[in-house]
Amino acid sequence: MMRMVILGALLWAGAVQAETSVKTLTSPGGLSAWVLEEPAIPFTALNIMFSGGAALDPPDKRGAAFLMTGLLEEGAADLDSQAFAAAKEALSASFSFDVSDDTLSISVRVLTENRAEALALLKTALMQPRFDPDAIERVRQQVLSILASNAQDPTDIAQRVWAEQAFGDHAYGTSYQGTESSVAALTRADLLAAHQNLLVRDALSISAVGDITAEELGPILDDLLGDLPAGSALEPAPLERDIPAGLTVVDIPTPQSVAIFGHSGIDRAHPDFFAAFILNTILGGQGIESRLTAEVREKRGLTYGISTVLISKDRANVMLGQVASANDRIGAAIEVIRDEWRKLARDGVTAEELQAAQTYLTGAYPLRFDGNSQIARILVGMQRQGLGLDYIKTRNAKINAVTLPEINRVAAQLLKPEALNFVVAGQPIGLKEE
Amino acid sequence: MFNRLFAILSLCVPLEALAQGPITDFMLDNGMQVVVIEDHRAPVVVHMVWYKVGSADEPSGKSGIAHFLEHLMFKKTANLDAGELADTVAANGGSHNAFTNHDYTGYYQRVAADRLELMMQMEADRMTGLQLSPDDIVVERNVVIEERNQRTESAPGSLFNEDLQAALFLNHPYGVPVIGWMHELEELNFDDAMTFYKQHYAPNNAVLVVAGDVTPEVTKTLAEQYYGVLPANPSVTPRARRQEPPHRSARRVIFRDERVAQPFFARSYLAPERNTGDQGRAAALVYLAEILGGSSATSVLGQALQYDTQQAIYTSAQYRSTALDPSTFSLVAVPAPEVDLQQIETAIEATIANFMTHGIDRELFERIKSQFRASEIYAMDNVSGIAQRYGAALTQGLTVADVQAWPQILQEVTPEEVMAQAERLFDESASVTGWMMGPKEQAQ
Repeated sequence: MMRMVILGALLWAGAVQAETSVKTLTSPGGLSAWVLEEPAIPFTALNIMFSGGAALDPPDKRGAAFLMTGLLEEGAADLDSQAFAAAKEALSASFSFDVSDDTLSISVRVLTENRAEALALLKTALMQPRFDPDAIERVRQQVLSILASNAQDPTDIAQRVWAEQAFGDHAYGTSYQGTESSVAALTRADLLAAHQNLLVRDALSISAVGDITAEELGPILDDLLGDLPAGSALEPAPLERDIPAGLTVVDIPTPQSVAIFGHSGIDRAHPDFFAAFILNTILGGQGIESRLTAEVREKRGLTYGISTVLISKDRANVMLGQVASANDRIGAAIEVIRDEWRKLARDGVTAEELQAAQTYLTGAYPLRFDGNSQIARILVGMQRQGLGLDYIKTRNAKINAVTLPEINRVAAQLLKPEALNFVVAGQPIGLKEE
Repeated sequence: MFNRLFAILSLCVPLEALAQGPITDFMLDNGMQVVVIEDHRAPVVVHMVWYKVGSADEPSGKSGIAHFLEHLMFKKTANLDAGELADTVAANGGSHNAFTNHDYTGYYQRVAADRLELMMQMEADRMTGLQLSPDDIVVERNVVIEERNQRTESAPGSLFNEDLQAALFLNHPYGVPVIGWMHELEELNFDDAMTFYKQHYAPNNAVLVVAGDVTPEVTKTLAEQYYGVLPANPSVTPRARRQEPPHRSARRVIFRDERVAQPFFARSYLAPERNTGDQGRAAALVYLAEILGGSSATSVLGQALQYDTQQAIYTSAQYRSTALDPSTFSLVAVPAPEVDLQQIETAIEATIANFMTHGIDRELFERIKSQFRASEIYAMDNVSGIAQRYGAALTQGLTVADVQAWPQILQEVTPEEVMAQAERLFDESASVTGWMMGPKEQAQ
């Protein structure tokens, strides 16, 4: 055996540099933002995130926020869809609009040489989208095509049924992309309403990283976003419902079944969150070889990939996993998953596992701060989660502070083998519905 | 707007213009090529070893062995237990993975810059020290079978794409899928893996790319210490694959599957690739793909079919410029409801014919040219991406000088050259036309 020297010292330079160099600012007009000046490359990455997303769709208008977001670039002010695209391409700028159940986010890259023109164009998309009838129809057809493809996709089917069973009539129980009938029925007025509801000033988080100074950024933000209507985002409906346990098979013709499985999770702000986060890393996370990867893939060759994740939404927390195995092997994979869930809930993790996960997570954290676009994404996400700038400095200490008794107490509380709900899309052999 | 959501329909990924940075390259005495790309913004390094061997170099009947071996490279070696490399990378907070395509196989780790030596120690160890056991074969073959199930058997679009490629290439192994045909994959064994490994994994068949917060001096010292001591393998020979005969027949692939929700049209042509010292034709084809199908709102196909006639809900033109041997140029379209595949095919042909008559809109051309220039600036933000471009180029017949010349070559392309390449490209007898559809649609 070669002795691989594992250095204990954690490399901090990256994160510390980001932490000490990120400035918070309030623009003359009163907008707050975080900025990291990095003049080496002549462009700026700007991230704008609104709290409040597709979960604010009225119940019969599911998909409104998604379709609206898809139309922001399809014509604005005096430019129609094609003229807007040509203008953006001439400036070599990129604007990417994304909506999820809880947020609407805009990732922007603009060159220093034409930053003012590019941001003026972006402003028209945010403030004066046209929602032209022909553009609505064209993008609606794209969405319907995506929905039709999703309806045949085993992973998408299993995820959709799992969410339906878990969240029922709540917006989280259906896809933010909408359904065939809801999307077909959306009107221009619905899109205008979604635009008005979501793009509001007090819901904003903003970050900028790149060839820009804090002094420059303030007035730029006032120009870009100062005209947004005041007010905060609406709150999504509360969700009071237990996730049912069981096993459902959705029969679709495919040689390989996809299983989605999980139960309730834990809030990002809960004092046990870091213990749960490490626990998930050990059970089914990425980065280190998880127990599920070791048992299902490496020892038995039952799958190409298996993973679990903690999802913290505004109104729900879940611990969710995914695996795909041939129809005659998915039953065996599910048995192993149940066993591992039971074992971990009952016996907890070992001191070695805890330490390996802590070492990995704390070592990987500073490596995230690499690249303007990537850092801008991290900074806007931190603001949205209500984390202070000092989180960059304190986060690893929180990981390292988790003790063995603590994580094993959390394992016993969080992991509930009897509460697991499995949804299997495919033609599994020998699986009994529960 | 939603083009990125159609990524699953992509037939190939076009490379954009390449970014420039402080680049140093040198050769070790045993023939291993080294490229160092400096980016000192963050204390991170990407360490990659690329082998000049891919699925197109597999023996007949052994499809999938290059990719299967890539999986097996994480098993026991002379100095590492199975999984130890992965565990060690994780213990240092890093990430790692591997990839295989028709022309290359690559392994990488992304770690804190001061862990570079450890990565080289492990990567050099498995270059020649793999110690497989028969048990490894059985379990990992099942993993790869599940990978094929997941990526291909469960995705009708992938099955369709395999059949298109197989029909396009009459003789060249680019017609065989990288992951392998299922019936051959199921039979791959220990000897197949070890024979392939011993023939192709050697310093004189590898390219080391180190990118990030490193200096050429330190990289050279470490590379000589770990890789430089491995002997060159005399069995490594230049690659000479079976090439295509003249294409005389336009071919058609009619693919039906009950899981197809959205019918889909594709036409692929054989196209020249970037060659060392001769990248002009490929550069013109990169423009042609952008002009015809780059942006939905402003490209020729997008304007004609998604805006003017609204017969399509998605169109694209895709060209793979970097490959060792002649490559592919493809036109694809997803028809609108009520439009059948024959109608979309006719409309695409008419649009291309009209383009060939009327030529290129100068404003569109200039916008694309300035976007290629800007993409070099944006690319500098991602040093891993730049490392990948060098690795891919150097394992596909290009040199460091070719990579560095490429952005300027792109800036010098003229509309006349693009039209001349379009004339040569659109030869129906060198094409395959594919219709992917559900069981009920009429093929006509």
